[in-house]
Amino acid sequence: MNQRSIIDVPDLSPDEINSLMDTAEDIISHPDAYADACHRKKLATLFFEPSTRTRLSFEAAMYELGGNVISVTDALSSSAAKGESVADTVKTVSCYADIIAMRHPKEGAAAVAARNASVPVINAGDGGHCHPTQTLADLLTIRREKGRLNNLTIGLCGDLKFGRTVHSLINAMSRYDGLKFVLVSPEELKLPSYVKNEALKSRNVAYEQTTDLMEVIGSLDILYMTRVQRERFFNEEDYLRLRDSYILTPEKLKHAREDLSVMHPLPRVNEISVAVDEDPRACYFKQVLNGKYMRMALMLMLLGLKRKEDC
Amino acid sequence: MNVDSIRDGIVIDHISAGSAMKLYHLLGLDSLDVPVAMIINAVSAKRGRKDIIKIDADIPVDLDVIGYVDPGATVNIIREGRLQEKKQIGMPETLVNVLRCKNPRCISSCEQELDQIFRLSDRASKEYRCVWCETRAADL
Repeated sequence: MNQRSIIDVPDLSPDEINSLMDTAEDIISHPDAYADACHRKKLATLFFEPSTRTRLSFEAAMYELGGNVISVTDALSSSAAKGESVADTVKTVSCYADIIAMRHPKEGAAAVAARNASVPVINAGDGGHCHPTQTLADLLTIRREKGRLNNLTIGLCGDLKFGRTVHSLINAMSRYDGLKFVLVSPEELKLPSYVKNEALKSRNVAYEQTTDLMEVIGSLDILYMTRVQRERFFNEEDYLRLRDSYILTPEKLKHAREDLSVMHPLPRVNEISVAVDEDPRACYFKQVLNGKYMRMALMLMLLGLKRKEDC
Repeated sequence: MNVDSIRDGIVIDHISAGSAMKLYHLLGLDSLDVPVAMIINAVSAKRGRKDIIKIDADIPVDLDVIGYVDPGATVNIIREGRLQEKKQIGMPETLVNVLRCKNPRCISSCEQELDQIFRLSDRASKEYRCVWCETRAADL
Protein backbone atom coordinates (compact mmCIF):
# COMPACT_ATOMS: atom_id res chain seq x y z
CA MET A 1 0.00 0.00 0.00
CA ASN A 2 1.60 3.23 -1.11
CA GLN A 3 -1.08 5.64 0.06
CA ARG A 4 -3.38 5.71 3.01
CA SER A 5 -6.64 3.96 2.31
CA ILE A 6 -9.83 3.45 4.30
CA ILE A 7 -11.08 -0.11 4.37
CA ASP A 8 -12.98 -0.06 7.65
CA VAL A 9 -13.89 2.50 10.30
CA PRO A 10 -11.17 1.39 12.75
CA ASP A 11 -8.64 2.58 10.15
CA LEU A 12 -9.56 6.02 11.49
CA SER A 13 -8.74 7.16 15.03
CA PRO A 14 -11.52 8.72 17.14
CA ASP A 15 -9.77 12.10 16.71
CA GLU A 16 -9.75 11.69 12.93
CA ILE A 17 -13.43 10.79 12.92
CA ASN A 18 -14.20 13.89 14.98
CA SER A 19 -12.09 15.95 12.61
CA LEU A 20 -13.97 14.52 9.61
CA MET A 21 -17.30 15.38 11.22
CA ASP A 22 -16.03 18.92 11.94
CA THR A 23 -14.98 19.26 8.30
CA ALA A 24 -18.37 17.96 7.13
CA GLU A 25 -20.14 20.52 9.31
CA ASP A 26 -17.88 23.23 7.93
CA ILE A 27 -18.69 22.14 4.38
CA ILE A 28 -22.40 22.39 5.22
CA SER A 29 -21.89 25.90 6.63
CA HIS A 30 -19.39 27.16 4.04
CA PRO A 31 -19.81 25.26 0.77
CA ASP A 32 -18.07 27.98 -1.25
CA ALA A 33 -14.86 27.45 0.69
CA TYR A 34 -14.70 23.92 -0.71
CA ALA A 35 -16.03 24.49 -4.21
CA ASP A 36 -12.59 24.20 -5.84
CA ALA A 37 -10.76 22.20 -3.19
CA CYS A 38 -10.34 19.21 -5.55
CA HIS A 39 -9.67 21.21 -8.70
CA ARG A 40 -7.92 18.98 -11.30
CA LYS A 41 -8.37 15.89 -9.13
CA LYS A 42 -10.06 12.76 -10.47
CA LEU A 43 -12.09 10.23 -8.53
CA ALA A 44 -12.49 6.77 -10.07
CA THR A 45 -15.65 5.00 -8.93
CA LEU A 46 -15.28 1.26 -9.49
CA PHE A 47 -18.57 -0.43 -8.75
CA PHE A 48 -18.58 -4.16 -9.40
CA GLU A 49 -21.90 -4.60 -7.62
CA PRO A 50 -25.16 -2.69 -8.15
CA SER A 51 -25.36 0.58 -6.22
CA THR A 52 -27.20 3.78 -6.86
CA ARG A 53 -26.88 5.74 -3.68
CA THR A 54 -23.27 5.20 -2.73
CA ARG A 55 -21.88 5.72 -6.23
CA LEU A 56 -23.91 8.87 -6.81
CA SER A 57 -22.95 10.13 -3.37
CA PHE A 58 -19.23 9.74 -4.11
CA GLU A 59 -19.61 11.31 -7.52
CA ALA A 60 -21.69 14.22 -6.22
CA ALA A 61 -19.16 14.71 -3.43
CA MET A 62 -16.26 14.97 -5.86
CA TYR A 63 -18.15 17.31 -8.22
CA GLU A 64 -19.05 19.57 -5.29
CA LEU A 65 -15.37 19.74 -4.41
CA GLY A 66 -14.58 20.92 -7.93
CA GLY A 67 -13.05 17.66 -9.11
CA ASN A 68 -13.91 15.18 -11.84
CA VAL A 69 -15.11 11.59 -11.92
CA ILE A 70 -14.29 8.60 -14.08
CA SER A 71 -16.44 5.57 -13.58
CA VAL A 72 -16.95 1.84 -13.98
CA THR A 73 -20.59 1.24 -13.27
CA ASP A 74 -21.38 -2.02 -14.95
CA ALA A 75 -19.35 -5.03 -13.97
CA LEU A 76 -20.65 -6.97 -16.95
CA SER A 77 -18.93 -4.59 -19.35
CA SER A 78 -15.74 -4.19 -17.33
CA SER A 79 -12.42 -5.95 -17.41
CA ALA A 80 -13.43 -7.89 -14.30
CA ALA A 81 -15.92 -9.76 -16.46
CA LYS A 82 -12.97 -10.86 -18.58
CA GLY A 83 -11.30 -12.26 -15.50
CA GLU A 84 -8.94 -9.43 -14.58
CA SER A 85 -7.87 -9.48 -10.95
CA VAL A 86 -8.72 -6.70 -8.52
CA ALA A 87 -4.99 -6.07 -8.12
CA ASP A 88 -4.46 -5.49 -11.85
CA THR A 89 -7.60 -3.39 -12.14
CA VAL A 90 -6.58 -0.92 -9.43
CA LYS A 91 -2.96 -0.77 -10.63
CA THR A 92 -4.35 0.29 -13.99
CA VAL A 93 -6.88 2.75 -12.57
CA SER A 94 -4.18 4.28 -10.35
CA CYS A 95 -2.61 5.53 -13.59
CA TYR A 96 -5.75 7.52 -14.39
CA ALA A 97 -7.18 8.72 -11.07
CA ASP A 98 -6.04 10.45 -7.89
CA ILE A 99 -8.35 8.48 -5.61
CA ILE A 100 -10.52 5.36 -5.96
CA ALA A 101 -13.88 4.49 -4.43
CA MET A 102 -14.59 0.79 -4.93
CA ARG A 103 -17.53 -1.50 -4.31
CA HIS A 104 -17.05 -5.20 -4.91
CA PRO A 105 -19.16 -8.26 -4.09
CA LYS A 106 -16.23 -10.17 -2.60
CA GLU A 107 -15.31 -9.64 1.05
CA GLY A 108 -11.78 -8.32 1.40
CA ALA A 109 -11.63 -6.97 -2.15
CA ALA A 110 -11.04 -3.43 -0.89
CA ALA A 111 -8.06 -4.57 1.18
CA VAL A 112 -6.58 -6.21 -1.90
CA ALA A 113 -7.19 -2.99 -3.84
CA ALA A 114 -5.55 -0.89 -1.14
CA ARG A 115 -2.43 -3.08 -1.18
CA ASN A 116 -2.02 -2.72 -4.91
CA ALA A 117 -3.17 0.80 -5.75
CA SER A 118 -0.75 3.68 -5.79
CA VAL A 119 -3.53 6.14 -4.91
CA PRO A 120 -5.86 6.12 -1.87
CA VAL A 121 -8.69 3.59 -1.96
CA ILE A 122 -11.97 4.09 -0.15
CA ASN A 123 -14.00 0.97 0.47
CA ALA A 124 -17.51 1.68 -0.78
CA GLY A 125 -18.66 -1.77 0.35
CA ASP A 126 -17.03 -5.19 -0.01
CA GLY A 127 -19.78 -7.77 0.04
CA GLY A 128 -21.19 -8.23 3.50
CA HIS A 129 -17.93 -7.17 5.12
CA CYS A 130 -17.42 -3.40 5.57
CA HIS A 131 -19.01 -0.18 4.40
CA PRO A 132 -17.14 2.53 6.32
CA THR A 133 -18.55 5.61 4.62
CA GLN A 134 -22.07 4.51 5.54
CA THR A 135 -20.94 4.38 9.14
CA LEU A 136 -19.35 7.81 8.88
CA ALA A 137 -22.70 9.10 7.55
CA ASP A 138 -24.45 7.45 10.49
CA LEU A 139 -22.08 9.00 13.01
CA LEU A 140 -22.54 12.49 11.58
CA THR A 141 -26.31 12.01 11.55
CA ILE A 142 -26.36 10.95 15.20
CA ARG A 143 -24.13 13.88 16.19
CA ARG A 144 -26.25 16.37 14.26
CA GLU A 145 -29.55 14.97 15.52
CA LYS A 146 -28.58 14.37 19.14
CA GLY A 147 -25.71 16.81 19.61
CA ARG A 148 -23.56 14.03 21.03
CA LEU A 149 -22.27 10.50 20.42
CA ASN A 150 -22.30 9.37 24.07
CA ASN A 151 -25.03 8.58 26.61
CA LEU A 152 -27.51 7.20 24.10
CA THR A 153 -29.77 4.15 23.91
CA ILE A 154 -29.51 2.85 20.37
CA GLY A 155 -31.94 0.28 19.02
CA LEU A 156 -30.82 -1.78 16.02
CA CYS A 157 -33.65 -3.63 14.34
CA GLY A 158 -33.91 -6.19 11.55
CA ASP A 159 -31.08 -8.16 10.00
CA LEU A 160 -28.31 -7.95 12.58
CA LYS A 161 -26.57 -11.06 11.26
CA PHE A 162 -25.69 -10.07 7.72
CA GLY A 163 -26.16 -6.29 8.11
CA ARG A 164 -22.66 -4.90 7.64
CA THR A 165 -23.79 -1.37 8.49
CA VAL A 166 -24.99 -2.59 11.87
CA HIS A 167 -21.71 -4.34 12.69
CA SER A 168 -19.72 -1.34 11.61
CA LEU A 169 -21.91 1.12 13.53
CA ILE A 170 -21.70 -0.96 16.71
CA ASN A 171 -17.92 -1.13 16.37
CA ALA A 172 -17.61 2.60 15.82
CA MET A 173 -20.10 3.68 18.47
CA SER A 174 -18.80 1.34 21.16
CA ARG A 175 -15.79 3.65 21.50
CA TYR A 176 -18.04 6.24 23.18
CA ASP A 177 -19.16 6.29 26.82
CA GLY A 178 -22.56 5.70 28.32
CA LEU A 179 -24.11 3.81 25.44
CA LYS A 180 -26.64 1.03 25.54
CA PHE A 181 -27.47 -1.08 22.48
CA VAL A 182 -30.85 -2.76 22.14
CA LEU A 183 -30.61 -5.54 19.54
CA VAL A 184 -33.97 -6.39 17.98
CA SER A 185 -34.04 -9.24 15.48
CA PRO A 186 -35.58 -12.63 14.71
CA GLU A 187 -33.63 -15.53 16.18
CA GLU A 188 -32.17 -16.42 12.77
CA LEU A 189 -30.75 -12.94 12.22
CA LYS A 190 -29.21 -12.22 15.62
CA LEU A 191 -25.97 -10.29 15.93
CA PRO A 192 -23.02 -12.72 15.45
CA SER A 193 -21.29 -13.63 18.68
CA TYR A 194 -17.91 -12.39 17.45
CA VAL A 195 -19.31 -8.87 17.00
CA LYS A 196 -20.83 -9.04 20.47
CA ASN A 197 -17.56 -10.28 21.96
CA GLU A 198 -15.26 -7.84 20.22
CA ALA A 199 -17.33 -4.67 20.23
CA LEU A 200 -19.60 -5.00 23.25
CA LYS A 201 -18.42 -7.52 25.84
CA SER A 202 -14.72 -6.68 25.60
CA ARG A 203 -15.48 -2.98 26.04
CA ASN A 204 -18.12 -3.48 28.74
CA VAL A 205 -20.80 -1.85 26.63
CA ALA A 206 -24.36 -2.44 27.88
CA TYR A 207 -26.71 -4.30 25.54
CA GLU A 208 -29.89 -6.34 25.52
CA GLN A 209 -31.34 -8.66 22.90
CA THR A 210 -35.00 -9.10 22.10
CA THR A 211 -37.28 -10.24 19.32
CA ASP A 212 -40.03 -7.75 20.25
CA LEU A 213 -39.59 -4.20 18.97
CA MET A 214 -42.65 -2.88 20.79
CA GLU A 215 -41.28 -4.05 24.11
CA VAL A 216 -38.34 -1.64 23.83
CA ILE A 217 -39.32 1.12 21.40
CA GLY A 218 -40.24 3.54 24.19
CA SER A 219 -36.74 3.41 25.67
CA LEU A 220 -34.81 4.36 22.54
CA ASP A 221 -33.02 7.58 21.57
CA ILE A 222 -32.23 6.14 18.14
CA LEU A 223 -33.94 3.38 16.18
CA TYR A 224 -31.72 2.09 13.37
CA MET A 225 -33.80 -0.02 11.01
CA THR A 226 -32.19 -2.38 8.49
CA ARG A 227 -33.27 -4.21 5.39
CA VAL A 228 -33.18 -7.98 5.14
CA GLN A 229 -30.98 -8.24 2.06
CA ARG A 230 -31.80 -10.82 -0.58
CA GLU A 231 -28.20 -10.91 -1.84
CA ARG A 232 -26.87 -12.13 1.54
CA PHE A 233 -28.99 -15.31 1.47
CA PHE A 234 -28.11 -18.51 -0.33
CA ASN A 235 -31.66 -19.74 0.16
CA GLU A 236 -34.59 -17.78 -1.31
CA GLU A 237 -37.05 -19.42 1.09
CA ASP A 238 -35.20 -18.13 4.13
CA TYR A 239 -35.12 -14.65 2.63
CA LEU A 240 -38.86 -14.59 1.97
CA ARG A 241 -39.67 -15.94 5.43
CA LEU A 242 -37.62 -13.30 7.25
CA ARG A 243 -38.09 -10.32 4.94
CA ASP A 244 -41.12 -8.87 6.68
CA SER A 245 -40.09 -9.54 10.28
CA TYR A 246 -40.34 -5.90 11.37
CA ILE A 247 -42.21 -3.10 9.65
CA LEU A 248 -42.14 0.32 11.29
CA THR A 249 -45.48 2.13 11.03
CA PRO A 250 -46.88 5.42 12.41
CA GLU A 251 -48.93 3.34 14.89
CA LYS A 252 -45.80 1.75 16.31
CA LEU A 253 -44.09 5.14 16.49
CA LYS A 254 -46.87 6.39 18.79
CA HIS A 255 -45.19 4.34 21.52
CA ALA A 256 -41.78 5.92 20.92
CA ARG A 257 -40.26 9.04 22.42
CA GLU A 258 -40.91 12.41 20.84
CA ASP A 259 -37.19 12.92 20.37
CA LEU A 260 -36.51 9.51 18.82
CA SER A 261 -34.43 9.55 15.63
CA VAL A 262 -35.34 6.86 13.09
CA MET A 263 -32.40 5.92 10.87
CA HIS A 264 -31.98 3.47 7.99
CA PRO A 265 -29.00 2.95 5.65
CA LEU A 266 -31.42 2.66 2.68
CA PRO A 267 -32.60 1.40 0.33
CA ARG A 268 -35.65 0.19 2.19
CA VAL A 269 -37.91 -2.47 0.78
CA ASN A 270 -40.89 -2.30 3.09
CA GLU A 271 -39.44 -2.29 6.60
CA ILE A 272 -40.42 1.36 7.11
CA SER A 273 -43.90 2.39 6.04
CA VAL A 274 -43.87 5.33 3.61
CA ALA A 275 -46.23 7.17 6.00
CA VAL A 276 -43.35 7.36 8.50
CA ASP A 277 -41.47 9.66 6.10
CA GLU A 278 -43.73 12.52 7.18
CA ASP A 279 -42.85 12.03 10.83
CA PRO A 280 -40.25 14.58 12.01
CA ARG A 281 -38.42 11.74 13.73
CA ALA A 282 -37.55 10.16 10.36
CA CYS A 283 -33.88 10.93 9.64
CA TYR A 284 -32.99 8.50 6.85
CA PHE A 285 -32.95 11.00 4.03
CA LYS A 286 -30.84 13.33 6.17
CA GLN A 287 -28.47 10.37 6.51
CA VAL A 288 -28.12 10.27 2.73
CA LEU A 289 -27.16 13.94 2.63
CA ASN A 290 -24.80 13.57 5.57
CA GLY A 291 -23.15 10.69 3.73
CA LYS A 292 -22.22 12.99 0.88
CA TYR A 293 -20.66 15.52 3.26
CA MET A 294 -18.67 12.85 5.07
CA ARG A 295 -17.41 11.45 1.76
CA MET A 296 -16.33 14.96 0.80
CA ALA A 297 -14.50 15.31 4.11
CA LEU A 298 -12.88 11.90 3.73
CA MET A 299 -11.64 12.54 0.20
CA LEU A 300 -10.18 15.88 1.29
CA MET A 301 -8.35 14.17 4.14
CA LEU A 302 -6.96 11.36 1.98
CA LEU A 303 -5.86 13.79 -0.74
CA GLY A 304 -4.34 16.16 1.83
CA LEU A 305 -6.46 19.09 0.65
CA LYS A 306 -8.02 21.93 2.61
CA ARG A 307 -10.68 24.60 2.29
CA LYS A 308 -10.09 28.07 0.90
CA GLU A 309 -9.36 30.24 3.93
CA ASP A 310 -10.99 33.49 2.85
CA CYS A 311 -14.56 32.14 2.49
CA MET B 1 8.40 -49.86 20.47
CA ASN B 2 11.72 -48.81 18.97
CA VAL B 3 12.30 -46.44 16.10
CA ASP B 4 15.86 -45.98 14.90
CA SER B 5 17.67 -42.74 15.60
CA ILE B 6 18.18 -40.39 12.71
CA ARG B 7 21.53 -39.01 11.58
CA ASP B 8 20.63 -35.78 9.80
CA GLY B 9 17.09 -34.57 10.11
CA ILE B 10 14.35 -33.21 12.33
CA VAL B 11 12.43 -34.55 15.30
CA ILE B 12 9.19 -32.81 16.15
CA ASP B 13 8.56 -33.76 19.74
CA HIS B 14 5.91 -33.09 22.41
CA ILE B 15 3.08 -32.97 19.88
CA SER B 16 -0.30 -33.28 21.57
CA ALA B 17 -1.48 -36.87 21.26
CA GLY B 18 -3.62 -37.22 18.17
CA SER B 19 -2.24 -34.17 16.31
CA ALA B 20 0.65 -35.77 14.43
CA MET B 21 -1.38 -36.80 11.41
CA LYS B 22 -2.80 -33.29 10.95
CA LEU B 23 0.73 -31.90 11.18
CA TYR B 24 2.00 -34.54 8.74
CA HIS B 25 -0.47 -33.36 6.11
CA LEU B 26 -0.15 -29.62 6.78
CA LEU B 27 3.65 -29.82 6.54
CA GLY B 28 3.27 -31.58 3.19
CA LEU B 29 5.30 -34.56 4.39
CA ASP B 30 2.97 -36.87 2.51
CA SER B 31 4.24 -35.47 -0.77
CA LEU B 32 7.98 -35.75 0.01
CA ASP B 33 10.16 -38.69 -0.90
CA VAL B 34 11.92 -38.89 2.46
CA PRO B 35 11.66 -41.36 5.32
CA VAL B 36 9.25 -40.18 8.01
CA ALA B 37 8.38 -42.02 11.22
CA MET B 38 5.31 -41.11 13.24
CA ILE B 39 4.98 -42.27 16.80
CA ILE B 40 1.45 -41.95 18.06
CA ASN B 41 0.47 -42.02 21.73
CA ALA B 42 3.98 -42.35 23.09
CA VAL B 43 4.35 -42.19 26.87
CA SER B 44 5.36 -38.73 28.06
CA ALA B 45 6.50 -37.81 31.55
CA LYS B 46 5.15 -34.27 31.11
CA ARG B 47 1.96 -34.81 29.15
CA GLY B 48 0.96 -38.39 29.76
CA ARG B 49 0.74 -39.11 26.04
CA LYS B 50 2.33 -37.40 23.06
CA ASP B 51 3.04 -37.83 19.37
CA ILE B 52 6.45 -37.57 17.71
CA ILE B 53 7.42 -37.10 14.06
CA LYS B 54 10.92 -38.03 12.92
CA ILE B 55 12.02 -36.83 9.49
CA ASP B 56 15.17 -38.54 8.27
CA ALA B 57 16.24 -35.77 5.92
CA ASP B 58 17.59 -32.26 6.23
CA ILE B 59 14.59 -30.39 4.83
CA PRO B 60 13.09 -27.02 5.75
CA VAL B 61 9.93 -27.25 7.86
CA ASP B 62 7.44 -24.44 8.35
CA LEU B 63 7.62 -23.63 12.05
CA ASP B 64 4.44 -21.53 11.77
CA VAL B 65 2.51 -24.63 10.78
CA ILE B 66 3.84 -26.51 13.79
CA GLY B 67 3.04 -23.56 16.07
CA TYR B 68 -0.49 -23.39 14.70
CA VAL B 69 -1.20 -27.10 15.20
CA ASP B 70 0.52 -27.31 18.58
CA PRO B 71 2.35 -24.32 20.08
CA GLY B 72 3.74 -26.62 22.77
CA ALA B 73 5.66 -28.79 20.31
CA THR B 74 9.44 -28.67 20.11
CA VAL B 75 11.64 -29.02 17.04
CA ASN B 76 14.99 -30.76 17.40
CA ILE B 77 17.52 -30.38 14.61
CA ILE B 78 19.79 -33.42 14.38
CA ARG B 79 23.21 -33.28 12.70
CA GLU B 80 25.50 -36.30 12.49
CA GLY B 81 23.41 -38.09 15.05
CA ARG B 82 23.62 -35.32 17.64
CA LEU B 83 21.15 -32.69 18.80
CA GLN B 84 22.36 -29.48 17.21
CA GLU B 85 19.47 -27.15 18.05
CA LYS B 86 16.21 -27.30 20.01
CA LYS B 87 13.46 -24.85 19.14
CA GLN B 88 10.43 -24.04 21.27
CA ILE B 89 7.48 -23.18 19.06
CA GLY B 90 4.87 -20.59 20.03
CA MET B 91 1.70 -19.51 18.28
CA PRO B 92 2.58 -17.61 15.10
CA GLU B 93 1.04 -14.17 14.58
CA THR B 94 0.27 -14.92 10.95
CA LEU B 95 -0.16 -18.00 8.80
CA VAL B 96 0.60 -17.60 5.13
CA ASN B 97 -0.73 -20.24 2.75
CA VAL B 98 -1.25 -22.78 5.52
CA LEU B 99 -5.03 -22.66 5.72
CA ARG B 100 -7.55 -21.90 3.00
CA CYS B 101 -10.42 -19.54 3.65
CA LYS B 102 -13.56 -21.45 2.80
CA ASN B 103 -15.85 -18.42 2.84
CA PRO B 104 -17.19 -18.49 -0.73
CA ARG B 105 -17.65 -14.72 -0.57
CA CYS B 106 -13.97 -14.08 0.28
CA ILE B 107 -11.83 -12.37 -2.35
CA SER B 108 -9.20 -15.08 -1.79
CA SER B 109 -11.57 -17.56 -3.44
CA CYS B 110 -11.07 -15.92 -6.84
CA GLU B 111 -8.20 -13.40 -6.87
CA GLN B 112 -5.22 -14.64 -8.86
CA GLU B 113 -2.24 -15.71 -6.72
CA LEU B 114 -3.55 -13.97 -3.63
CA ASP B 115 -1.90 -15.36 -0.50
CA GLN B 116 -4.17 -17.06 2.01
CA ILE B 117 -3.27 -15.13 5.14
CA PHE B 118 -4.70 -15.73 8.60
CA ARG B 119 -3.89 -13.53 11.60
CA LEU B 120 -4.02 -14.56 15.26
CA SER B 121 -7.00 -12.58 16.57
CA ASP B 122 -7.33 -14.07 20.04
CA ARG B 123 -4.40 -15.81 21.69
CA ALA B 124 -6.44 -17.20 24.59
CA SER B 125 -8.83 -19.09 22.34
CA LYS B 126 -6.21 -19.73 19.60
CA GLU B 127 -8.48 -17.99 17.13
CA TYR B 128 -7.22 -17.10 13.67
CA ARG B 129 -9.08 -14.95 11.15
CA CYS B 130 -8.67 -14.48 7.43
CA VAL B 131 -7.09 -11.05 6.90
CA TRP B 132 -9.26 -10.46 3.84
CA CYS B 133 -12.78 -11.30 5.03
CA GLU B 134 -12.20 -11.83 8.78
CA THR B 135 -13.79 -15.28 8.75
CA ARG B 136 -12.59 -17.38 11.68
CA ALA B 137 -10.39 -20.38 10.90
CA ALA B 138 -12.44 -22.29 13.46
CA ASP B 139 -15.50 -21.73 11.32
CA LEU B 140 -13.93 -23.27 8.25
